[in-house]
Amino acid sequence: MPLLENGQLKEEIWQVAIEGEALPEGNVLVPLARLPEALGRNSDGALGVLLAPDEDVEALRIALPRLTAVQLTFPIFRDGRAFTQARALREHLHFKGVIRAAGHILPDQYEFLLRCGVTEVVVPEKTDVSVWERAHKAFTVAYQPSILNEAPEGVALRRYLSR
Amino acid sequence: MPHSSSSVLPVGRYAYDAVDKNFLKERVAQFKEQVARRVSGALTEEEFKPLRLMNGLYLQLHAYMLRVAVPYGVLSASQLRTLAYIATRYDRGYGHFTTRQNIQFNWIKLEETPEILDILAETEMHAIQTSGNCIRNVTADQFAGAAADEVLDPRIYAEILRQWSTLHPEFTFLPRKFKIAISGSPKDRVAARFHDIGLMARQGEHGRPVFEVYVGGGLGRTPVVGSKLRDDLPEEDLIAYLEAILRVYNAFGRRDNIYKARIKILVQALGVDKFLEHVNAEFAAMDRAKYRLPDTLVEAIRARFGHPAFEPAGDAAQQLAQHRLADSAFSRWVDTNTHPHKQPGYIAVTVSCKPAGGIPGDVTSEQMTVLADLADTFSFGELRVTHLQNVVLGHVRQDKLYQVWQTLEQNGLGTANIGFITDIIACPGLDYCALANARSIPIAQKLSERFASATLQKEIGALRLNISGCINACGHHHAGHIGILGVDKRGQEAFQITLGGASDQDVVSIGQILGSALSEDETVDAVARIVDVYLARREPGEQFIQTCRRLGTAPFKDAAYAIA
Ligand code: SF4
Repeated sequence: MPLLENGQLKEEIWQVAIEGEALPEGNVLVPLARLPEALGRNSDGALGVLLAPDEDVEALRIALPRLTAVQLTFPIFRDGRAFTQARALREHLHFKGVIRAAGHILPDQYEFLLRCGVTEVVVPEKTDVSVWERAHKAFTVAYQPSILNEAPEGVALRRYLSR
Repeated sequence: MPHSSSSVLPVGRYAYDAVDKNFLKERVAQFKEQVARRVSGALTEEEFKPLRLMNGLYLQLHAYMLRVAVPYGVLSASQLRTLAYIATRYDRGYGHFTTRQNIQFNWIKLEETPEILDILAETEMHAIQTSGNCIRNVTADQFAGAAADEVLDPRIYAEILRQWSTLHPEFTFLPRKFKIAISGSPKDRVAARFHDIGLMARQGEHGRPVFEVYVGGGLGRTPVVGSKLRDDLPEEDLIAYLEAILRVYNAFGRRDNIYKARIKILVQALGVDKFLEHVNAEFAAMDRAKYRLPDTLVEAIRARFGHPAFEPAGDAAQQLAQHRLADSAFSRWVDTNTHPHKQPGYIAVTVSCKPAGGIPGDVTSEQMTVLADLADTFSFGELRVTHLQNVVLGHVRQDKLYQVWQTLEQNGLGTANIGFITDIIACPGLDYCALANARSIPIAQKLSERFASATLQKEIGALRLNISGCINACGHHHAGHIGILGVDKRGQEAFQITLGGASDQDVVSIGQILGSALSEDETVDAVARIVDVYLARREPGEQFIQTCRRLGTAPFKDAAYAIA
């Protein structure tokens, strides 16, 4: 499936580890349980972790400098745990790499994802990017700080949003 | 439709500036687009549902219901006129005040909602987050800014929390809805311990407020009294600490069962100490400077609130005393429907939306207009919706009170029953609500007729009677001294009675079920017999709830189930 990043669709560059099989060469996303194995892998490929909604980002703390990406999951769009995971990765673990969101996600959630620190969204084939762009540009201000550290606007906690 | 001038700050609420107004426009535009995507099929009903809910739009039994936010219960007269217009133009000529201090319209068409939201936005109103699994309208004391016992004005903080929680990126898809209440008086008039988070503000040592923080209270299926997490949270940490609580809830709250998804269940499952440990760990780890609430910010928000320009008291109090002497019906109403004001010569008025035989909380367009006019003439253009489904005129000069009462009387709004047995809270029930087991409204009407006599009500004194049409407890039955709960008894509507609940001020307790369910008429008779037990066995000066606590439920149960 394609990826949405900065308003553009782009090709997937990651492979997902297949259960019961050896890890492939190249860029690979592994479940948390296979992180030790992946860290010992002898490959030039980049490494990322697939974090389940009920897994604590703290489990990544030690390995984080060696990770290029963390992928978070929405089993259904209503399950908002990934928002907290993304924000914690940025705010508490100071993770600078790619945070991906995958699963059942609505365009209407796009701005929230970005403001929690997600940088890429795995979207279905033939996604109409304009709907996501509109969701991103729907608002000029927000009413609370976020990990994007947007510039304050006027009274209260208001922030300018990037468009 | 009516228009308002915005040159002066509205009394009692935050005045939107150009940025806030633009935000509302953007929100309406976004919702228009979402409705269009639903109509085109790009969104499934399942996907559209949480989006419309976050704009206060429910699908009920017969139509859509739109719930309009009334932040901390405060309305300007111009806003109430807009609501009257919406009731006439888009509904059936009335609206319904809710226990969350909001107003809802029960007969709305989906395709007309963007238009309605446009009209609301013109008078700085919206339906944002009046539903959905997000932070809901923050409620505050209905006598804020008026009560003689107030320590500080909770509306300033309710407004700060309203802004902070609006489209919060992290907390818009929580496990379940999230309700915050804030009281600015040591007397808890907001049922703080029956909220997901309840805040009780008081003055701290350095001239800035501190907050007692309660968490995990609530009614619903599993009624729980909230636990105290903090005794003296400084003002500057208010946002940071609430962020920490919400983060823990969002990460750990259950999502597999909607009946176990509220924060109270998480607090129970972990235990308060463990829950507090999580919150404290999060609080310690976070970038506190970023979430700090500096006093300059609080003052900037406060500066956008209008204040009443009180006049010297003169002989207002004496005039009121004379009016009372001359008219005993007026005097009775003053006894029940007013509250002391901190400003000499003024008084706060609670207008009852519960006439004998009426539907609790329902107000017609004409009545809304009358209330708006009264507010403009006599109360600095400001009104409040209470969580007991009445309306408050907060700042009436005592010498004008008689005039206010006469107008209310002429318009079916003069009922003298605040705090009495007919000041009933009732949810919409099976007449509207898809989740209901039984109709709440007809039994409320019958009870209100049964006890309509002014003498009888006065004799009975303070008694809170709350009715819910199902276990979801929107009518707060567990918190009623007498509670009535609609159940399904082999396909028939039936009612259980609970006794001994309270959410007032110092004592908080959950009502106990008396016994098996009864029919509507049997329930009305049973309530009458319960009241008779109280009248027969009370000690001098004892209120209903005190007699209940002293005697326990047994004698009331015997009476309720006695075959007449
Ligand atoms: S208590 Fe039940 S019947 Fe009443 S409004 Fe709530 S969900 Fe509907």
